Amino acid sequence: MDLNMNVNAPHSMGTTIIGVTYNGGVVLGADSRTSTGMYVANRASEKITQLTDNVYVCRSGSAADSQLVSDYVRYFLHQHTIQLGQPATVKVAANLIRLLSYNNKNMLQTGLIVGGWDKYEGGKIYGIPLGGTLVEQPFTIGGSGSSYLYGFFDQAWKEGMTKDEAEQLVVKAVSLAIARDGASGGVVRTVIINSEGVTRNFYPGDKLQLWHDELEPQNSLLDILNAPSPEPMNI
Amino acid sequence: MSSIGTGYDLSVTTFSPDGRVFQIEYAAKAVDNSGTVIGIRCKDGIVMGVEKLIASKMMLPGSNRRIHSVHRHSGMAVAGLAADGRQIVARAKSEATNYQSVYGEPIPVKELAERVASYVHLCTLYWWLRPFGCGIILGGYDRDGPQLYMVEPSGISYRYFGAAIGKGKQAAKTEIEKLKLSEMTCREGVIEVAKIIYKVHDEAKDKAFELEMSWVCDESKQQHQKVPDFLLEEAKAAARTALEEMDAD
Repeated sequence: MDLNMNVNAPHSMGTTIIGVTYNGGVVLGADSRTSTGMYVANRASEKITQLTDNVYVCRSGSAADSQLVSDYVRYFLHQHTIQLGQPATVKVAANLIRLLSYNNKNMLQTGLIVGGWDKYEGGKIYGIPLGGTLVEQPFTIGGSGSSYLYGFFDQAWKEGMTKDEAEQLVVKAVSLAIARDGASGGVVRTVIINSEGVTRNFYPGDKLQLWHDELEPQNSLLDILNAPSPEPMNI
Repeated sequence: MSSIGTGYDLSVTTFSPDGRVFQIEYAAKAVDNSGTVIGIRCKDGIVMGVEKLIASKMMLPGSNRRIHSVHRHSGMAVAGLAADGRQIVARAKSEATNYQSVYGEPIPVKELAERVASYVHLCTLYWWLRPFGCGIILGGYDRDGPQLYMVEPSGISYRYFGAAIGKGKQAAKTEIEKLKLSEMTCREGVIEVAKIIYKVHDEAKDKAFELEMSWVCDESKQQHQKVPDFLLEEAKAAARTALEEMDAD
């Protein structure tokens, strides 16, 4: 065990992040683990950050880089909204994020998923991975935990889901990724955005369904030690 | 008419005792002396037309363009000092492409009008700059539908159903008010604009003129372009017939 680990090392969010469109809006989902090497610096982080009333962004990669990019874009969008006189579109938010990611690609290490709803295009998801590409997609996944979800989405994704179907899909997916990815964990947070507004939901880790080979959560070693010894077997 | 400035009109940074900036008013006179420019907003788009007074018979027809495309979805018709107009068009084009690069979508017409107006106004604030001697009619089609704006040398910009500037603006405005624009398509609008321009053209004072028209509408797929030749000819013919009918009274 590495007793000399530096708790002040740069924090990265190993992460699993997901953005999915459904019939009427989008659902964004993420885990909540922020790690510094092997130490979990924050086990209940908020990786889905607000940019405007109707646009949110899922952050992955370097915690600092993704926070700064979000902060700049929130500022630009605020000014833009004032000038425009109406809410900014999801496309504009995504483009601003992309410009920062692309033009500073040598210095930044952050993959982002922008999702939201506007009155012109409805619910939209934009993926902005490491180099600063901008891709509009019906759904997208990101972060270290996403590696384990490509096959799952190939099979489970379908066009035109309802709000509940979409949210259940996202929660299931994040939960699966948490089970396999050491850098993802904690709770599952979702944000649903549609014409009516924004709904934030929270699914604690120990309430999630157990997958293959996962053990039941135990409260403490003392409980195990104090458990009564099993009855001897009768042949 | 307006009074002579007598000393308060030497600089754009001087107010007169009755609160007027004479230099801006004089700039507006330059616009009033130019050929008529009109724009109308029909139910499916914008039509703009210019009465291009021909200075010399040696000029090639079609040269001296007075209507310019600012972006794919918007265009500008200029009245007044042509060189000043060129500067404003260049600035508008630059604003439009810059907006597209930063925000990833075509500049909303309202935003474009505000930026042009703000640029024109800028030149009324410093003694070492003179105001632009031109009026602009800006028409565009964005996600909120077709919109028409007019920018004056003072930097004021308003949104209009129909607007006219230049020599025949009073007569043109009267004619535009007679039209039922909310029920008219751009096809019909093109004919009406041509009729109005032919009507307000003063045969006695000015010699020849060339009609230049552009539109941005559903039929042009929301792109700003010159009115197609066949439609332009149709409009000119209709306008000439209408004039003859009037003269025949």
